[in-house]
Amino acid sequence: MSSFWSIWISVLSLGTLLGCYLLLRMCLKNFADVEEGESTGHNFDGIEELNNPLPKWWSTFFLLTIIWGFGYLLVYPGLGNWEGLFGWTSSNQGILNLEESRAKAEYAKENNLIVQYDMEVKSADAKYGPIFDAFAKRDIEDLGTASDEEAITARKVGQRLFLQNCSQCHGSDARGTTGFPDLTDNDWLYGGKPYDIKHTIMHGRHSQGMIGWESMLGGEQGVKDMTAFVLSLSGREAKEGSVAKGKANFAMCSACHGQDGTGSDQMNLPIGAPNLTDNIWLYGGSERVIQESIRNGRAGVMPAWDEILGHKKVHVISSYVYSLSHQ
Amino acid sequence: MTQNDASAVNYNFDVVRQFTVMTVIWGIVGTLVGVIIAAQLIWPALNFDTPWLTYSRLRPLHTNAVIFAFGTSALFATSYYVVQRTCKTTLFGGKLASFTFWGWQAIIVLAAITLPLGYTSSKEYAELEWPIDILIAVVWVCYAIVFFGTLIKRKTSHIYVANWFFGGFILTVAVLHIGNSMVIPVSLTKSYSLYPGAIDAMMQWWYGHNAVGFLLTAGFLGMMYYFVPKQAERPVYSYRLSIVHFWALVSLYIWAGPHHLHYTALPDWAQSVGMVMSIVLFLPSWGGMINGIMTLSGAWHKLRHDPILRFLIVSLSFYGMSTFEGPMMAIKSVNALSHYTDWTVGHVHSGALGWVAMVSIGALYHLIPVLFNQQRMYSIKLINTHFWLHTTGVVLYIVAMWISGVMQGLMWRAVNTDGTLTYSFVESLQASYPFYFIRFVGGVFVVVGFLLMAYNMFKTINAKDNSLKSIETA
Repeated sequence: MSSFWSIWISVLSLGTLLGCYLLLRMCLKNFADVEEGESTGHNFDGIEELNNPLPKWWSTFFLLTIIWGFGYLLVYPGLGNWEGLFGWTSSNQGILNLEESRAKAEYAKENNLIVQYDMEVKSADAKYGPIFDAFAKRDIEDLGTASDEEAITARKVGQRLFLQNCSQCHGSDARGTTGFPDLTDNDWLYGGKPYDIKHTIMHGRHSQGMIGWESMLGGEQGVKDMTAFVLSLSGREAKEGSVAKGKANFAMCSACHGQDGTGSDQMNLPIGAPNLTDNIWLYGGSERVIQESIRNGRAGVMPAWDEILGHKKVHVISSYVYSLSHQ
Repeated sequence: MTQNDASAVNYNFDVVRQFTVMTVIWGIVGTLVGVIIAAQLIWPALNFDTPWLTYSRLRPLHTNAVIFAFGTSALFATSYYVVQRTCKTTLFGGKLASFTFWGWQAIIVLAAITLPLGYTSSKEYAELEWPIDILIAVVWVCYAIVFFGTLIKRKTSHIYVANWFFGGFILTVAVLHIGNSMVIPVSLTKSYSLYPGAIDAMMQWWYGHNAVGFLLTAGFLGMMYYFVPKQAERPVYSYRLSIVHFWALVSLYIWAGPHHLHYTALPDWAQSVGMVMSIVLFLPSWGGMINGIMTLSGAWHKLRHDPILRFLIVSLSFYGMSTFEGPMMAIKSVNALSHYTDWTVGHVHSGALGWVAMVSIGALYHLIPVLFNQQRMYSIKLINTHFWLHTTGVVLYIVAMWISGVMQGLMWRAVNTDGTLTYSFVESLQASYPFYFIRFVGGVFVVVGFLLMAYNMFKTINAKDNSLKSIETA
């Protein structure tokens, strides 16, 4: 902040407090022309005003809060660039991105600055860090399936972290909802091995996105034919003629969904193209919705949690997610 | 007692009558919408899957209806009345006063149409889009011209304290509204704020908190300073207290906005200053309560017989409670518990239903007979029933929200031995359900009270002139 604004803020805020004090002092004295307790002689539509003194407890309390106000602004940052007696801040001020935040946090640590947020994180890390360190020593599969006390605890912790961070999209029971995968069914878009799950949570997934195919399939009829074929892949009823026509075009889809429609995960491709043969539907399996998917395309995003939770917590969540389909 | 010398002046009561009647009607509408959204929080299906009936669209309709339709109409009515009576002169500006009535009602109707349709600037208590904002500014400037014009041509030597508060409120609300509503329009129904990020947030709460501070506090203190001494027939307790608490209140309130943004991206210095000023504000706020309640000294017995005075005095008790609670909630460590919980909702309603609504209702029950040539309201019994319905409703509402709010705050911060949060958000929501129901019941009480008031008002208006004689009480 420039020194002009710093002075501006200081003068205005100190001036307000000082003004309150002077006002109080003025009104403590009897400046009206009449005795205390008497009427001032004003008459407004029949309303008179008495010249009673200020209640003593009231003026004392008011004075005390004013003094406290000056004291607070001396101790804490408030008056423009004045940092306060102890250099306390709630968090690192004026940062614009993650790099700046890290650099400032580092600087604060080296110089022993009182940054409340950093200090709280530090004390939480010291207190809870060892718990997560211990969990991190065991691999995800082990934590997710073993029945010893530590593994059970880890899964409980993982579930709580899941409820707070993941349930908004995947649901409290992890069964997902339209556009957000069910995590309990062993049908995976990006792989269900322990490492895959952790990788998904750590770095997020940005699906390649399915484009809209209407024009490439030759219009509305093409979309309907392809829908019929897709329905047939999971053994559902569809018009024979349409199925054959759709099948003829499926080469276009097989690059992502595989020649047999079993999805990109079968081919070890991390592009998130679902298995079309298992009757599990990310965006809905009705004829109308499948048509919509083919006509307009789809794309999903899973955000990255590494920066938010750190890899040790992700490790614990991964073991919980892994356990859901390995019970 | 002064009816005689007052009648010598040809007061403009037409506009006062219009605003008075509309205040009661908007009171019913505003609180009814509030009850509907309170019910939706318990039974979400009540939005009937209809976009304009969803909580997100009705909530701003509720807040706008109670603040700007009910509350501000009450302020228009009483300020126009009080400024004439205490300045012994008719309103300045001729037809301009009538324009402010029709202009303000047009704004309310526009709000009632555009908000359910989903047009919103998304700024709390300032949701209306820019064409309506411009209309508000125009009407408000006319209001200022009428009010200050009347003050200037007053026939009394001094300006009565009620008019300081009304004047302060009118002037500041103009500055706040224009300042916060600065936008770049992209179409007739869409605009973007001129301010970026945290600055926008600060502007919003500078506006938002002073909508509370100047409109809902200073304005209604103006109302209080006329109707309490008038109804109690007692002199105002302390002229010197009026002076110190008026000037301290207006100069401190304007700083208090940042306490809505504790522990956010707002710089520390602004948070500190906002907190300090909010706490120093506590005693000046109480100055108004002391002056009002002490005005009753020597006339306490009147509370036993006069439900109108009871409305006014209980409103001051709620005012005192809210203005104690407010500074406490502005303390950062208390705010860390209370912020984003129902405690805030409870606090606002102890101010809005307890203070603003009750002082307005009391003032209106005093005013309606005067405006329509009667000595009293059609039924004093119904006023009494209204008083108990309203008080019970408010107490149910705020107690439910206190418990719910503190519980939510405690649940959100509860931590297990492993550092994870004990409760998920949904669990805290589930725990709030019983209190949402109690809040809903409280709201129903308030609406029923308003309906009784409307009935009582129309009976009074339709009665033959001077047929309702005042009843002598022992």
